[in-house]
Amino acid sequence: MTLAKEGTSYYVPHGSRWPITGAVALFLMMGGVSTWLNGSGAAKWIALLGLVALIYMLVGWFSDVIGESEGGMYSAQVDRSFRMGMSWFIFSEVMFFAAFFGALFYARQLALPWLGGDGAGFFSNLLLWENFEASWPSNGPAGVGGEFQSMGPLGLPLINTIILLTSGVTITVAHHALKDDKRNVLALFLFLTLALGFLFVGLQAYEYIHAYHDLNLTLESGIYGSTFFMLTGFHGLHVTIGAIMLTVIWFRCLKGHFTPNHHFGFEAVAWYWHFVDVVWLGLYIFVYWL
Amino acid sequence: MSTAEHHVADHAHDDHDHGPAKGIMRWLTTTNHKDIGTMYLVFALIMFLTGGTMALVIRAELFQPGLQLVEPAFFNQMTTMHALIMVFGAVMPATVGLANWMIPMMVGAPDMALPRMNNWSFWILPVAFTLLLSTLLMPGGAPAAGWTMYPPLVQQTGDAFPFMVFSIHLMGASSIMGAINIIVTIMNMRAPGMTLLKMPLFVWTWLITAYLLIAVMPVLAGGVTMLLTDQYFGTTFFRADGGGDPVMFQHIFWFFGHPEVYIMILPAFGIISEIIPTFSRKPLFGYESMVYATASIAFLSFIVWAHHMFTVGMPLAGELFFMFSTMLIAVPTGVKVFNWISTMWRGAMTFETPMLFSIAFVILFTIGGFSGLMLAIAPADFQYHDSYFVVAHFHYVLVPGAVFAIMAGVYYWLPKWTGHMYSEKLGKLHFWISTISVNVLFFPQHFLGLAGMPRRIPDYNTQFADFNMISSIGAFVFGFSQLLFVYIIWRCVKGGEPATAEVWESPAGLEWTVPSPAPYHTFDVAPEVK
Amino acid sequence: MSHSKWKRLWLGLLGTGLGLGLAAPAMADWALNMPRGATAISNEVYDLHMLILGICCLIAIVVFGVMIVSIFLHRKSRGVEPAQFHHSTKAEIIWTVIPILILVGMAVPAAETLVRMEDTRNADITVKVTGYQWKWRYDYLDDDIGFYSTLDRASNAARRLNSGIQPAGVDNYLLDVDNPLVVPVGAKVRLLITAADVLHAWWMPDFAIKKDAIPGFVNEAWFRVEKAGTYRGQCAELCGRDHGFMPVVVIAKDPADYAEWMADQRSAAGLGDEPGEALAATPVAATSVAAAAPAVDGEREIDDLVAMGEALYQQHCAACHQADGSGMAPAFPALAGSPVVTGSLDEHVGVVLKGRPGTAMAPFGPQLTDLQLAAIVTYQRNAWGNDTGDVVQPGYIAAAR
Ligand code: HEA
Ligand code: HEA
Ligand code: HEC
Ligand code: CUA
Ligand SMILES: [Cu+2]
Repeated sequence: MTLAKEGTSYYVPHGSRWPITGAVALFLMMGGVSTWLNGSGAAKWIALLGLVALIYMLVGWFSDVIGESEGGMYSAQVDRSFRMGMSWFIFSEVMFFAAFFGALFYARQLALPWLGGDGAGFFSNLLLWENFEASWPSNGPAGVGGEFQSMGPLGLPLINTIILLTSGVTITVAHHALKDDKRNVLALFLFLTLALGFLFVGLQAYEYIHAYHDLNLTLESGIYGSTFFMLTGFHGLHVTIGAIMLTVIWFRCLKGHFTPNHHFGFEAVAWYWHFVDVVWLGLYIFVYWL
Repeated sequence: MSTAEHHVADHAHDDHDHGPAKGIMRWLTTTNHKDIGTMYLVFALIMFLTGGTMALVIRAELFQPGLQLVEPAFFNQMTTMHALIMVFGAVMPATVGLANWMIPMMVGAPDMALPRMNNWSFWILPVAFTLLLSTLLMPGGAPAAGWTMYPPLVQQTGDAFPFMVFSIHLMGASSIMGAINIIVTIMNMRAPGMTLLKMPLFVWTWLITAYLLIAVMPVLAGGVTMLLTDQYFGTTFFRADGGGDPVMFQHIFWFFGHPEVYIMILPAFGIISEIIPTFSRKPLFGYESMVYATASIAFLSFIVWAHHMFTVGMPLAGELFFMFSTMLIAVPTGVKVFNWISTMWRGAMTFETPMLFSIAFVILFTIGGFSGLMLAIAPADFQYHDSYFVVAHFHYVLVPGAVFAIMAGVYYWLPKWTGHMYSEKLGKLHFWISTISVNVLFFPQHFLGLAGMPRRIPDYNTQFADFNMISSIGAFVFGFSQLLFVYIIWRCVKGGEPATAEVWESPAGLEWTVPSPAPYHTFDVAPEVK
Repeated sequence: MSHSKWKRLWLGLLGTGLGLGLAAPAMADWALNMPRGATAISNEVYDLHMLILGICCLIAIVVFGVMIVSIFLHRKSRGVEPAQFHHSTKAEIIWTVIPILILVGMAVPAAETLVRMEDTRNADITVKVTGYQWKWRYDYLDDDIGFYSTLDRASNAARRLNSGIQPAGVDNYLLDVDNPLVVPVGAKVRLLITAADVLHAWWMPDFAIKKDAIPGFVNEAWFRVEKAGTYRGQCAELCGRDHGFMPVVVIAKDPADYAEWMADQRSAAGLGDEPGEALAATPVAATSVAAAAPAVDGEREIDDLVAMGEALYQQHCAACHQADGSGMAPAFPALAGSPVVTGSLDEHVGVVLKGRPGTAMAPFGPQLTDLQLAAIVTYQRNAWGNDTGDVVQPGYIAAAR
């Protein structure tokens, strides 16, 4: 029941209390976490309250959107808005990761060699870090965090790569199934995708435990530990969020949402999932492999 | 539970008989671009006064040599907070406010593309600034390491530290959402016939600004996240002993920071490009080259960042690269200046307040641009860097630059917003006091810097006394003359001569085809653009 | 606006312009402009600065000139009809190309100067410069001497909030230090600049040097002073509370005077006439402070220690913990009545030796001698009502290191 006609009308929702709820939630969360970091244990409950409020807000906001979408209020133009919005959001995420990749490259290619006496770093090495030889992986001239072993590309990381790549395929199969209106295939492959996603997260957690217990590789292992855990950690966080979103749309598919030519929600999640996938490839190459 | 979200079906059709909701809920829940634009503008004004008050503390302490009013630690807090508030709280929200108000009207859209997110991106700002301002009351005081937050100094911040980091995250999130909304509105909501190259220049400059925002705000977020983990979780991004480098933060910060200054000035360019043609009664000269120039500036802004870091000991090749690329920015900026002047050339000018501010903008911004060019010359920058010469430079481009342009825009569109004319007499008075005092305030700072006065110091040698005193006097006159601005706006909101739909003599643009004040919902039916 | 008003504005603008133009030659003595400085490089930089300033002024005159003419002539009140032209590709090309040419004209000399500035090879003397919160340390790497350089006492007293001392009455207010860097005229001096805690920047306008001091990294700079004299500059990178109070002072002496000065320093530090191996020796703390404190052995009287400790305390600790030990809550704890200072000696000495990582409290172990530290700790434990009566001997510090 698409009443809205292209070009002449655009669904402009009237007031909504979700955004202001979200703002208050963020206030509680950020204020709480900050106070917590300053050493006040009780503040973690405020942060938690904020988080709960944020989740409440997200659930409420998205139910509204889903309701409106299923109610046919979104014209093709509105749909385009969502698409554009989602792509630029993903671009902003790319730039967030770029900051951390940039830090990795800078530290490896410039800072460490300088500390080791390369080029302009001759005197830095001679006067401050005598005997330090730059190499990668490194926890710096002071050996911050103590001896550690780095995470090689084989084993778990390779398995994880395969898992994510496979999940990229399964979600594409699911997408085609949706377009061909094969609901069962859709539900199955979507489920496979999210299962692979959670499997990935699980294995990643296992890898972290391994790193901490067996390799003495921690967040505090100098620049290697810093870049390793921050990059893989933020990636893991994104996979988790992506997997939750997959779960949501899986349930929506089960409920019969989405039509072969009107399923922005599905595509948004799929894009996000591919983005997470591509970031992982970058990680695999630059963090684990090279 | 559900207010209007569950209205069924086609809203746009019954939109016009909905006025705004009543009371406070209108503002908390609104999805209307005009309401949100108004909130952004009011918020920006409040922040401008707050940040300005901090600037006055700075200038009062610097009135004479010796410490008279505040401890050095508090002085540094004032400098830091002044800058953060002015940049993220005043100038950026003000231009976003103008974008909210004007872009849908200019492209013939019923509203912003993503109205609920629009509301969220606004309301995150008061949250961010409440967190930031609350640090003034905390043990250790507010952040005091400069708005650039360089480690390791920033890691000596007290309890304020996490608040600073998270408030930056929130400001970033707000900006990114705002930017996405603007891009989508421009790309997807234009009225039929409104091709890209028919859009008003303000829309163009904002489109490009929005791209800049999405590209750089996340990088800043990443940078401050690293600060946070270095502080609390033992990472060593910015510590040499662990293989990191304090200078790495500077690279990250300025990769954001340099585009950031264009984020503040490009919308200003857009405003000026709207106003000068109107009061010259002549179309904008070189429209297309203006668009290309804006795009070139934006592109170049990504590859010049290290001109803020000439003294960190970069390799020679790096210094040369960043020097040359920075100098290049003068070319597209020059194109803009020349086009404005050519627009005025052989026009039939009148000098209402918006035009006066625009003319002052062109001259004073260009002066700031020239000093920027001087800073770009690396060997000379070794002398200028971190001196008051830099302070003079950036205030010229920011205050009689960005802020004047915003004021020009406010005077220009105020009748459209309120339906009343502001008092031209008071407007002119405001202009003249501001323009004279802003020069008294910032021009002597060039001399101070050249003579060797470093920035971010609360006290100085007596050789700097005269110019500091002049500058401080200028600051107080300029500051208090802004109360006049507030009064003029207030009076115009409350009443005044009714404004016509066109307001000015045959200005160009769709916004002048709707009545003044602009109706709550502008284009129920998309206008046809020829 | 009426006609006559505009005319007046015009004249006013013209007058101001002329006035500024006439004032220009006088600028140099009135500290309006960049100093020419005392090195060949600083002269080059000055010339470069004047060149770009001149070019910018010329462009400004042309651009603003056209604009002002237009504002004057093309006004509605003069009854002009607006023209309707709105683009010209030719014009756009012209005003793209001409600025590029001008820029190239600026870039070439700038690049040349930059290359010369970065050439630190073949230095005659190498001095390591270390920035601390809030003082400098200079280590003459070829001569094994080194010392701290802090704000002089007169400025330090006058600069307190409401000190009641007029800055005008203090010589070189905020631009004077206890121990300046001394260099010989005519020698190529290489500076190796680093920092111990946060970023600082070593700025000497007369040499056109400004280089950041970065903890963990060493930056290079060089200068060759032509004229004997005293040169003054300041720290130029925000480094916390007393960033405005860590001046840089360099005295350039004729080579003979310099040699004499160096000999004095070396004998005061207990070194012989033969300079040590360049760069190899680790610099030790020495100089004026050390001069007052000859080699340490045996026990010291409490009064001696307290007297010496007080002076050292004022020099090294008072910036944060205040002259009367009251600190500055909450960032800098009070030492008067502090549980650490009145409590366990081990802990107290530990804090002073090793610092508190992650805070402004730096490790003073590497900075001061055993005797100096013993004196400071003793002083603290007996001053401001901390009447513990404890006496700490240098040997105790040596053992605690
Ligand atoms: C709106 C903000 C804004 C704008 C538009 C600019 C514009 C420019 N800025 Fe500025 N800048 C800042 C805000 C801004 N800046 C801030 C906030 C800082 C300090 C940050 C901090 O440290 O806290 C800073 C610092 C800063 C530095 C670092 C100084 C230092 O710390 O040592 C440099 C160095 O290159 C620089 C250069 C430039 C240049 C080349 C331009 C150019 O875009 C200017 C181009 C314009 C013109 C040149 C005039 C018009 C042109 C013509 C009429 C054509 C003909 C001209 C010629 C051929 C010369 N800026
Ligand atoms: C858009 C940005 C912006 C704007 C608009 C301004 C505006 C002003 N700035 Fe600022 N400034 C910066 C951005 C900006 N600044 C930045 C980025 C820095 C660098 C910080 C750093 O080093 O880290 C800086 C630093 C800076 C310094 C250097 C400090 C130092 O190095 O220690 C100084 C000193 O004079 C200064 C002064 C001023 C003044 C007098 C104004 C005036 O234009 C302000 C005028 C406005 C008012 C005075 C408000 C009027 C209010 C009243 C009259 C009170 C009424 C009150 C109520 C009703 C409650 N600024
Ligand atoms: C740059 C500022 C600074 C200087 C200079 C400084 N201190 Fe401190 N000092 C601090 C700070 C900050 C702390 C608090 C550290 C913390 O939070 O644990 C501190 C803590 C101490 C303490 C522990 C006090 C307590 O109650 O916890 C002692 C003792 C002390 N300093 C002695 C000294 C001595 C002796 C000197 C000079 C030789 C000195 N300090 C110089 C900043 C400084
Ligand atoms: Cu040291 Cu500023
Ligand atoms: Cu810049």
